[in-house]
Amino acid sequence: MSDIMTAKDLNLWYGETHALKNVNITIPEKSITAFIGPSGCGKSTFLKTLNRMNDLIPSVKITGEVCYNGQNIYDSLVDVNELRREIGMVFQKPNPFPMSIYDNIAYGPRTHGIKSKVKLDEIVEQSLRDAAIWDEVKDRLKKNALGMSGGQQQRLCIARALAVKPKILLMDEPTSALDPISTSRIEELAIELKKSYTIVIVTHNMQQAVRISDNTAFFLLGELIEYGETEKLFSQPTDKRTEDYITGRFG
Amino acid sequence: MLSKKRKAYISGMKVAMYISTGLTAALVIFLVAYVFIKGIPHISWELLSTKPSYISGRIGILPDILNTLYIVLATLIFVIPLGVGAAIYLTEYAKNKKLVGMIEYAAEALSGIPSIIYGLVGMLFFCQFLGFKTSLLAGSLTLVIMNLPTVMRTTQESLKTVPQSYRDGAFGLGAGKWRVIKTVVLPGCVDGVITGCILSIGRILGESAALLFTAGFAHALNGIFEGLTSPGASLTVALYVYAKEQGEFGVAFAIAAILMILTLLINLSATFVSKHFAKKREF
Repeated sequence: MSDIMTAKDLNLWYGETHALKNVNITIPEKSITAFIGPSGCGKSTFLKTLNRMNDLIPSVKITGEVCYNGQNIYDSLVDVNELRREIGMVFQKPNPFPMSIYDNIAYGPRTHGIKSKVKLDEIVEQSLRDAAIWDEVKDRLKKNALGMSGGQQQRLCIARALAVKPKILLMDEPTSALDPISTSRIEELAIELKKSYTIVIVTHNMQQAVRISDNTAFFLLGELIEYGETEKLFSQPTDKRTEDYITGRFG
Repeated sequence: MLSKKRKAYISGMKVAMYISTGLTAALVIFLVAYVFIKGIPHISWELLSTKPSYISGRIGILPDILNTLYIVLATLIFVIPLGVGAAIYLTEYAKNKKLVGMIEYAAEALSGIPSIIYGLVGMLFFCQFLGFKTSLLAGSLTLVIMNLPTVMRTTQESLKTVPQSYRDGAFGLGAGKWRVIKTVVLPGCVDGVITGCILSIGRILGESAALLFTAGFAHALNGIFEGLTSPGASLTVALYVYAKEQGEFGVAFAIAAILMILTLLINLSATFVSKHFAKKREF
């Protein structure tokens, strides 16, 4: 497996707060990488540096590099919109747009210039199939997406992200607002998707990291404490703080 | 058990509240009824469809109706793009939040200025300095300045009601800023923007002081372009002229009744728009 993303000496400040401290990590292609750690440890912040979603917050300052396919994404020549097309994102709370299911999925392709109805139909069906929700919604594509259940909405958001054919899918605690059944469906989906996509998932739930991820990174107070194969990290952590966290001594 | 004093106090307060509610309702009903009773008998097809003629002694308010329409249209054409555009810039693009706060404060202060002051400034600036003379255009531009802060502020407030998560979702798909605004933010708050505009139509209809100085008192029947460049009385100004200078109180009350019906219709349509969109959003 080759590495698709690398962060080098990444630091991030929110105003005066030093939220990420010298993070170095490499993320392998077509695998699931999980970020764990207590609330406020910087795992979500770090996830958002990977497709520059932090650019939207005015007080953020970043130093260091994040390389995607060898290119520093913070280079001034990088087209942020194209970057976010290739590195998609699924958010903590399902956030479908207040429009029809079809238009939600077609939003991304339309943004990137696809107008042909035939092509859009094809993309919509394929994305919904890939997100394992086609059968549930195929008869109501024109209905408003806000009428779906929370779990369906989240799978719709995954389908929406897939519709622009990304290489990487960033998931920011995608199941924290969902019930156990919806959660397990999203987990199955993630495992299915890693055949074709690289997935980086932030999770509060350590069992989830164990169940689905290949590699796990443990963050604490803005630092990357330990990073390695999930099985190894959970069975033989090398750092005392990791051990304390995964055995439930804090967090 | 409540003491006697306490009981008397409670029932006294209750009576006071009934009286104040009753008085408020009675005043509104009295005002509306009075204007309608005095005005409606004077509304006739002739009044609505002709212009005044001194030779036959006939009074018609068609020119005033058209003038009002022209003023509303001309004002909206300027005020909507300016106000909505400024609001989009200030809420979505502007980086300097301190400056934005100051502009918002200034806009709110502006909307509290008595309209006669706008009229005075409009007369000096548009009619004289820019040489528009007393004309509907000068009047409309004055109303643009007057309504700009309100249109801008209501648009800003409705932009702020669109959840950040919609914006994040669109940015996350690689949409550029303008596309996010056009396809996600504006459709999400269009009802607020439209309601704001409808309410400002109401204010334009009801404005008189600012127009007395800038738009004049003429009753000539004109097409829209000719009308905008010549002086003309709006319905409110015509009401003033007929009542105060010609003693035609019947006509004045007829105009008053028409204005009240229009205001009512405008408020109803504003309510309708927000209800319609609220329903649509519930899928």
